[in-house]
Amino acid sequence: MKEIILAKYGEIALKGLNKNTFEDVLIKNIKRRLSDLEGVKYHSAQSTLYVETAPEDTDTALERLKKVFGIAKLCKAAVSEKDFEDISKVAILYAEDALSEAKTFKVDAKRADKHFPMTSPEIMRELGGRLLSSYPHLEVDVHNPDVTVTVEIREENAYIHAKKIDGAGGMPVGSSGRALLLLSGGLDSPVAGYMMAKRGVHISAIHFEAPPYTSERARMKVERLAVKMAEYCGMINFMCVPFTEIQEKIREHCPEELFTIIMRRIMMEVAQRLAVQKDLSALVTGESIAQVASQTMAAMVCTDAVCRMPVFRPCIGMDKIEIIEIARKIGTYDISIEPYEDCCTVFTPRHPKTKPVLADVEAAQALYDFEPLIQKAVEETKAYTLHAEK
Amino acid sequence: MIYLDNSSTTKPCKEAVEAIVSALSEDFGNPSSLHRLGITSESIITSARKSVASALGCDVSSVYFTSGATESNNTVVFGVAEGLGKRKKRIVTTSVEHPSVAEPISKLEKAGFEVIRVSPDENGEITAESIVAAVDENTCLVSCMYVNNETGYILPIAEAFAKIKRLYPETVTHCDCVQAFMKIPVNPKSLHADAVSLSAHKIHGPKGIGALYVAKGTKIKPFIVGGGQEKGFRSGTESVPLIAGFGAAVDKLSPTVSGRLETVSGLKAHLVSAVRQLEGITVNSSDKCLPYVVSISVPNIKSETALHFLEQYEIYVSSGSACSRGKKSSVLKEFKIPDKLIDSTIRISMCAENTPQELDELVSRLALAQEKLVKIR
Repeated sequence: MKEIILAKYGEIALKGLNKNTFEDVLIKNIKRRLSDLEGVKYHSAQSTLYVETAPEDTDTALERLKKVFGIAKLCKAAVSEKDFEDISKVAILYAEDALSEAKTFKVDAKRADKHFPMTSPEIMRELGGRLLSSYPHLEVDVHNPDVTVTVEIREENAYIHAKKIDGAGGMPVGSSGRALLLLSGGLDSPVAGYMMAKRGVHISAIHFEAPPYTSERARMKVERLAVKMAEYCGMINFMCVPFTEIQEKIREHCPEELFTIIMRRIMMEVAQRLAVQKDLSALVTGESIAQVASQTMAAMVCTDAVCRMPVFRPCIGMDKIEIIEIARKIGTYDISIEPYEDCCTVFTPRHPKTKPVLADVEAAQALYDFEPLIQKAVEETKAYTLHAEK
Repeated sequence: MIYLDNSSTTKPCKEAVEAIVSALSEDFGNPSSLHRLGITSESIITSARKSVASALGCDVSSVYFTSGATESNNTVVFGVAEGLGKRKKRIVTTSVEHPSVAEPISKLEKAGFEVIRVSPDENGEITAESIVAAVDENTCLVSCMYVNNETGYILPIAEAFAKIKRLYPETVTHCDCVQAFMKIPVNPKSLHADAVSLSAHKIHGPKGIGALYVAKGTKIKPFIVGGGQEKGFRSGTESVPLIAGFGAAVDKLSPTVSGRLETVSGLKAHLVSAVRQLEGITVNSSDKCLPYVVSISVPNIKSETALHFLEQYEIYVSSGSACSRGKKSSVLKEFKIPDKLIDSTIRISMCAENTPQELDELVSRLALAQEKLVKIR
């Protein structure tokens, strides 16, 4: 039995005149995600994308499509001739798995090809009858059925499906602009990136490394996080900033208890300069309020004072447990917990200030002229793209 | 490149590489095959076995090839437990063993064996008496390493095992000689060891191959069963190329054990006196340790930071031991080295090819690290 995948659009189906723009982005994302599979055919109609792959690729394609934002529901559908006898035969066979576990069902029909000799209500009634006689344990419930068997009559074929699975939801990546994520090696920042991507934001990532205080393995770990995120976020533009000298100078010249906050301010400064260069319009961080000393509201006031573009913090109101739950779901958890030093932990002060005052922080930062080092860090940043593993 | 991480692994010698390539490209037969190609492969194994046996001063029939020291150690621990361990439920070991001995023994402990782990005393010494005192009539296995991989500390194996074998002849004595083989004489008979584990890649041979010496009459059940290779003791088609490489490395190093020891003792003396010029450095490896390994602590610089700093100049050392990457070394703690120093420990492990100039370069880079790196508190 030939099978195809139906991807039902989510929120974008509700958009108005610019719906096509969103749709184009989604279809482009889907095609890119399946680009290595040979001979895939696409057909779009009525807020659904019909994806036909080689039979051995169907499951792979389905797994990948589950991670494409903008798709609300997914299902595999059986293809049948546009002939009611064939439709019934295929439906009885194909819906077996779903129906044998169910108590109630209904049949839904969508007749896009109006030349088909039966009307939708006729199809529903007739097919319902056939299914009932094949599965006598079932009862019809048109309001709240356990299973809905859907028949779609299209130009070329009829499609039958019974099991819908949830897609990733959200908006197609790239349809809501581009932002720069500050990616450490921890649990929070990949989740923050995921959440922005879910709302259609294309994510670039920036990482600060401090060799020899941090190792090549620490950077490789962050790259692996980005590769994992790319399954949802699409290709990620990755930037790696050499940060050692700046950290050493903060340590030498500024008060210890303000080390982290000044470091965060300089990171934001470097990030927004690179964001402007790369035409990205916002910053994203994994901060969650009150999680650590540098993530108090007072501390965020001090970091945001240097920012000339919006800073989005999608994890701000989440508990660690909620963040971990998402990290597990998107597969970044196991990578994040690997034990390598990252740039945030190396110089951590013994007693960081939890309620820093902006004027004090600015005065402390003014003790040393960081501008030449910031410029150097921006210039020496290495940028490259990372793709999801196929 | 200045390579000072020889306790992690060594650079394969030319002779080993050539033997491997030749066995891979020409003599590729299965040693169990009846035809000529098989016989050639078999003779390569026979000759490598002779090399290992003669280095150990033992009979060729006592040498079995394994995939490495981890397998050798697992084989002894589980193989003794399955035999003598059915009657005798105590195992004696030390608290400074390599994980490939410590972990199998912990597994047996969970299965009901009584395990005694002898720790170094307050001076960081393990005495023969303390090992012997832990053994009783009910002990099936005593497993102690010859040379510790993190500090170079030499354990009094011969003295301890001689007494144990006299008091309890049935108890199996096992010595993990990975860090000692080809550095000091390793002779199972003089060590009174019934079983000895060896690894090829620590002696300029290839990775993935090792050996286990088992004294005649010692009962160790096979760990890997199958086609009955290695007289049924270790099944699996023999890796002829790796065995050939192992044999070639032994042939090369065997005649020079004492000469190299002298060279490396000179290197250690040179290193220690140079490193003592630096401020606050502690040398954790005493004069009694095997000179190939020198553990030092550089105050207020994390091990990993020092390691990556040196890496920039292509100087390769290790923090603690390479096997416990990222984890704090419990072995150094056992040797009574203070926590603060453990965080700052680097292990310099040499071979005879290293030069005093290389060590001078290392020391001058360490001085630079002390000057440049921001100190931890």
